[in-house]
Amino acid sequence: MKPILFTFLLLLAYSSQAQSDRYTEAMKKNLAAFGAAKTTADFQAVANTFERIGDAEKTQWLPYYYAGLSLSTAGWSDPNLDKDANSTRINALCDKAETIEKNAEIYALRNMSATQQMMVDPQTRWQTYGQQASAFLQSGLKLDPDNPRLYYLQGESVMNTPEAFGGGKAKAKPIFEKAVELFKKEQPKPMYPHWGQERAEEELAKCQ
Amino acid sequence: MLSFSGIQKITNQYITRILLFIGCLFFIQAALSQTVITGKIKDGRGHPVPGVSITIKNSFDGATSDSSGNYQFSTSDTGSRQITVSSIGYRPLEQPILLEGKSIRLDLQLREEPNEMKAVTITAGSFSAGDSKRGAVLSSLDVATTAGSNADITAALKTLPGAQQVGEQEGLFVRGGTSQETKQFIDGSLVNNPYYTSVPDISTRGRFSPFLFKGTVFSTGGYSALYGQALSSVVLLESIDLPEKSEVDASISPIVVGVGTQQLAANKKSSWGISYNYVNVGLYFGLVKQQPDYFRLPQFHSGDANFRFKTKSGGMVKYYTTFNYNQMGLRRPDLDSPGLKNAFDLGNHNWYNNLSWREYLKNGWKMNLSASYSTNLDDISQQVQGANNEAHFYSDSIFWMKNKNFTLKNRQDLAQTRAVFEKKLGGLSALRFGGEYWYNYNPFTYQDTARTLRDNMFAGFVETDIYLTNELAAKIGLRYEYSSLIRKSDLAPRISLAYKTGKDAQISAAYGIFYQKAENQQLFYTPDLGFTRATHYILNYQKMTKDQMFRVEAYYKKYRDLIKTEPVNYYYFNYNNSGSAEAKGIEFFWRDKKTFENFDYWISYSYLDTKRDYLNYPGEITPNFASKNTVSIVMKRFFTDWKTGFNLTYTYASGRPYYNFMINSSGKYYTADQGHTKDYHSLNFSMEYVPSIGKTNPKTFVVLFASMSNVLGYHPVYGYNYSFSGQNRQAIEPPANRFYFVGCFLSWGVDRTQDAINNNL
Repeated sequence: MKPILFTFLLLLAYSSQAQSDRYTEAMKKNLAAFGAAKTTADFQAVANTFERIGDAEKTQWLPYYYAGLSLSTAGWSDPNLDKDANSTRINALCDKAETIEKNAEIYALRNMSATQQMMVDPQTRWQTYGQQASAFLQSGLKLDPDNPRLYYLQGESVMNTPEAFGGGKAKAKPIFEKAVELFKKEQPKPMYPHWGQERAEEELAKCQ
Repeated sequence: MLSFSGIQKITNQYITRILLFIGCLFFIQAALSQTVITGKIKDGRGHPVPGVSITIKNSFDGATSDSSGNYQFSTSDTGSRQITVSSIGYRPLEQPILLEGKSIRLDLQLREEPNEMKAVTITAGSFSAGDSKRGAVLSSLDVATTAGSNADITAALKTLPGAQQVGEQEGLFVRGGTSQETKQFIDGSLVNNPYYTSVPDISTRGRFSPFLFKGTVFSTGGYSALYGQALSSVVLLESIDLPEKSEVDASISPIVVGVGTQQLAANKKSSWGISYNYVNVGLYFGLVKQQPDYFRLPQFHSGDANFRFKTKSGGMVKYYTTFNYNQMGLRRPDLDSPGLKNAFDLGNHNWYNNLSWREYLKNGWKMNLSASYSTNLDDISQQVQGANNEAHFYSDSIFWMKNKNFTLKNRQDLAQTRAVFEKKLGGLSALRFGGEYWYNYNPFTYQDTARTLRDNMFAGFVETDIYLTNELAAKIGLRYEYSSLIRKSDLAPRISLAYKTGKDAQISAAYGIFYQKAENQQLFYTPDLGFTRATHYILNYQKMTKDQMFRVEAYYKKYRDLIKTEPVNYYYFNYNNSGSAEAKGIEFFWRDKKTFENFDYWISYSYLDTKRDYLNYPGEITPNFASKNTVSIVMKRFFTDWKTGFNLTYTYASGRPYYNFMINSSGKYYTADQGHTKDYHSLNFSMEYVPSIGKTNPKTFVVLFASMSNVLGYHPVYGYNYSFSGQNRQAIEPPANRFYFVGCFLSWGVDRTQDAINNNL
């Protein structure tokens, strides 16, 4: 009897381990696919897979976050992508993520989504989407004042604003410095986002 | 008998076999339950749809369709599950699927979701302006910064195709129609006197500032059944809702000073505002010589107030009132007698009120109620004067001189109520219906003869928007009007269609019949004149992206029952409806904001071929307000380093015909003299310097504005006025060759934004 019981318990333990391993496996596999993605079609397929994982798991915000991040990356690299439709999707994924947990990473993603919509027509849209984008960064900082990605995104915004309008490299420099400092101190949990350090260092170099 | 160790051995073998069996089961289970699902996703027209997400519900398994719409994936789930298919722009699909380890071929068809952002809009015959309007051609800032407009809405609309360049009269002359054939509406209510009262042959500007409005639709024909009594076109102005924040503003210039405030409640649900402006051209006329001799310098007082609040269900109530008083007097040489002058004096009081309420009702109904009341009093007199400004009087036999001494008082009151109900019918389709009532009261005193005109007009209308697909839309409407004064009614159909031919491109067509009462000045003498009528046929093609727009439109208008004057004798005539006209043409519009950096320009070209027999015209001839070819080129460039924008507008119009009609011995009008004026050119310049742009939390927002009209110093001739004998004529020219303006606009607002980032550094 003992061996059967033992085997049974082992199988039970293995199957629940397999469940969470199944999630981790799927996430790791898709994160690799995310890293390898090149075209908009690739990014959309990766986003669809992340969304699938999130819908099946129901208790994890990371899959929805990465789905949004994948679409956002497509938004930065593809000039022909319909930014309004793309951002509508990213915002819907952020909403799904926030039903599980509200945090600074999702606010950073919302900021990028709003910024991409503003860039469609900056002269008319800076008052709506531009204001929304900075409001998201502020909300993120309230939750986590040490998140390096929020400082990196603010630095980008300031650097791309003309000097005559209160922006420019000199104003952006201290923000990038803080971002790099926070990146160095960051110790992210497994699978948690930790992107941006290289970009922040590049932008800081441009400001010197 | 088995030994103990023997029993153990058998038990062990038994256990091992069970384990092996269970293990095999799992293995077989795993191998058996790999179901491979393959298929193709297409849309309603059979085109493949890429990027679609196909998922086994509550599972990680699924795939994304490729560029040919094909997908394939395998799943180890078994049993009856649900497969979900979703993609932006399409209705999501969910259906049951049985997973038994066999391969499944599943082709699916997605149906498009009605999408307002992508749906076609009916554009035949209209241009929209405004920040939120889709398909808007001009933003509200465009209207203010177009060189030559000096923030007058009509002047900015004249740079669009369809409007003629008539410099000596206010109003919009659209596609062969007179300025009375274009009417202006604010939030659905007719504006009875949209322009300041003018002196003959000098045009005035509109009464309303473009900053009061968030949207403008300039329809050059084929407009909706919701509006009527305008044979050619309508200008639909939509007032702003609540302001962004509270502010105080002031304007200072040599011609006008003004101050005002808008206060937004702390809960952002209501606002009120007042403002006062005073115009006095004394200083300006002292510096820039004007041709007429002004014995009473133009002065304008105007004040306005507004109150707005949001209702509980997301609706909006708005009230706006404005009061204007203006006066001026000028002398110009008399045409019939050299050495004599005509002294024209006018005073005007105008009070305009507009109340509107839009509300969302249950079950998808929307309601728009509005009411307006305006009263306008013109006090006008003219006198023939000699060299020392002394009055000259004439006997009845010299009636052409005697008629130049007159006084008149003209009071025009209009009270109006209107209700429009709208119901969304599924997708983007909608049904609209409603009615309006206008009460017109017009007492008119000329010399010592008083006449009064009262009219009760009723109108009912129904219209439906039918979206057959995202690509094909139709708007069908019917309008009924009745006037108690002329005791006549009309029924006018309006139909328009739009079809999306490709990404960003569409064709649009419109047909409609339009009726308009005769003018009050004609109805005083012949109160049973019937409605005048015009039938429009319009076809257009347009391609529009975020930064560029190309549009070509062709039209044909047939008029009948136009008002003709029949002379009874030299100073008395009858009116009848025997006139007719025809207008046809083609127009082009191109706007480009992207080809040149920070440079925005648009080009309008209008070709108009029109003939008209109305009033005292002897037959169907080209009217004196029509130019065959009109071109407008508007350019704007903003230099961010200098925070300054420069704007230039060049306008060309081919010469207009001029006529002198006289009455012959058989009592009929004939053309005593005619010709074409020289071509019209004008180059206008303006600039704005905005030092506070880009400053975070500026306490004061400043705009310095300067403009100069007619940079090239061209001397236009709009037409000719003839003496009674027909022997002398005088060119109709602008009162001054150039108009200069310099002004400073200041705005102080309460800035509520915070900058947490700066605090964290």
